Amino acid sequence: MQIYLPIAEISIDVFLLLGMGGAVGFLSGLFGVGGGFLLTPLLIFTGVSPAVAVATEANQVVASSVSGVLAHWRRGNVDFRMGAVLLAGGLAGSGVGVWAYSALREIGQLDLVIAISYVVFLGVIGALMLIESSRAILRSRRPDAGMRKLHQHTWLHGLPLKMRFRKSKLYISVLLPIAIGFIVGFLSAIMGVGGGFIMVPAMIYLLGMPTITVVGTSLFQIIFVTANVTFLQAAHNHTVDVVLALILLTGGVVGAQFGSRFAGRLPGEQLRGLLALIVLAVGARIVYGLVTTPADVFSLGSAGGAE
Amino acid sequence: MTATVKRRALAVVATLALAGLALAPSARAQQVVADLSRHLVGITTGFVGTEVLLFGATEGEGDVIVVVRGPDRRETVRRKARVGGIWVNTDEVAFPAAPSFYAVAASGPVGEIVSPRILWRHRIGTENLELRPVRPLDASDLAAFRDGLLRNKVRQGLYHDKPGRVTFLGNRLFRANLYFPANVPTGTYTVEVLLARQGQIVSAQTTPLLISKIGIGAEVYRFAHENSVFYGIFAIVMALAAGWIAGVIFRKG
Repeated sequence: MQIYLPIAEISIDVFLLLGMGGAVGFLSGLFGVGGGFLLTPLLIFTGVSPAVAVATEANQVVASSVSGVLAHWRRGNVDFRMGAVLLAGGLAGSGVGVWAYSALREIGQLDLVIAISYVVFLGVIGALMLIESSRAILRSRRPDAGMRKLHQHTWLHGLPLKMRFRKSKLYISVLLPIAIGFIVGFLSAIMGVGGGFIMVPAMIYLLGMPTITVVGTSLFQIIFVTANVTFLQAAHNHTVDVVLALILLTGGVVGAQFGSRFAGRLPGEQLRGLLALIVLAVGARIVYGLVTTPADVFSLGSAGGAE
Repeated sequence: MTATVKRRALAVVATLALAGLALAPSARAQQVVADLSRHLVGITTGFVGTEVLLFGATEGEGDVIVVVRGPDRRETVRRKARVGGIWVNTDEVAFPAAPSFYAVAASGPVGEIVSPRILWRHRIGTENLELRPVRPLDASDLAAFRDGLLRNKVRQGLYHDKPGRVTFLGNRLFRANLYFPANVPTGTYTVEVLLARQGQIVSAQTTPLLISKIGIGAEVYRFAHENSVFYGIFAIVMALAAGWIAGVIFRKG
């Protein structure tokens, strides 16, 4: 059953969209990842213009983060103070990101920058996950190895403007979380992702936050950053397709429900390795598109959205 | 559905033909009359492309050529080149007034109906479209970008590089099916019907066709473009509500 998407201005099979949303939702339920970084490239492969895909995904991530944060909030795993500091950076970063998005679109380089950003991040994240999961699999066979030092002092702890974060048991400079928030906010605008896959490792390894507060706090600030991106994209670029977002999030919600139910029953590390391979495959597909000689070296300015 | 349309169309054709016979002596100036099965194509949420039937009658023998044009639009054509191993847009040319849709149908090979000079004068065929770039270009670049524009439009199904068919029923009545794909641009189209006899265009008639978004899709589009600030807020509220509902369902499940 084809459905005409009013902003993307193309017809796509509604079951294909539900299936894509469901499959990515399943993975996000299984691994606790946002899924935007898989869904945006899939939308582009389906024929949605990168400009619309990125802006619409930001909208969809708002919904998936809200449903995710509720569970963490109930358990008291959200560090609101840290969330607010990250958010200050995130709002600034996403504002600059949407401005850069418009400027790149104007000169015809937006699609390229989106593709390259995805190649870099999918490549790095996929490789790191693959290494991590193969190490974990090896470690489970040799239980004696692999203790990590819990807290290390680096130059990062010498920065000024220190603040106490009780929930996370930290006393660190606010400059670092603001900088992290800014970078992730910028990427959120350019790539249409929540940025949890960068935010979470940064919070653990750079800020030294306890794992228990990391996911809830990350989701908390992602809601506001992606809401900001949605608003700015809708107001400036007219590229948010609410019909597309609604279909994707319907599939995503159902998929995530199944995913989280399976999470306990399946071998976690092997699955993480599988997700890493999926991430690398999507990245490789984008690289393929960049390096192979296009069927036609001429193209028309991307359709949909602002004139 | 199509059968009804055809039957109704044939009835109209017959009426027109009778009217034509009755008016024959006085209607010398208008030697071709044609109409469309409908003058409004609505793009609804379920829109997957559509056909519009063109039908008409000619005064005496002759060939019919139909030219369908969508409203002019600014088209930016970009050229990629390999930079450091990857393909990057390196050059662009804008054509401020290119038809957003273009199709031709004829009752025979257009090249045999009229001379190339007449084809050019009436802009029949994509090779005869008038496309002027915003900045002056040398001849080879202009040809390359022009061909690039035409190729992309043909690939999108918005330009037809091969003429469609106009079929005669007897030697007076004719019909043609005009196809508009799912990605058809909106706006006021013109359908020009030309009657050719002995290599000359002897009569012409132009009929408008309006293609517009209707229903929920149209409302969403208008909302997004005319009230973009509220649309943005609406999109966020919708996502927050959907996420919250999902969270509640999750808790129970």
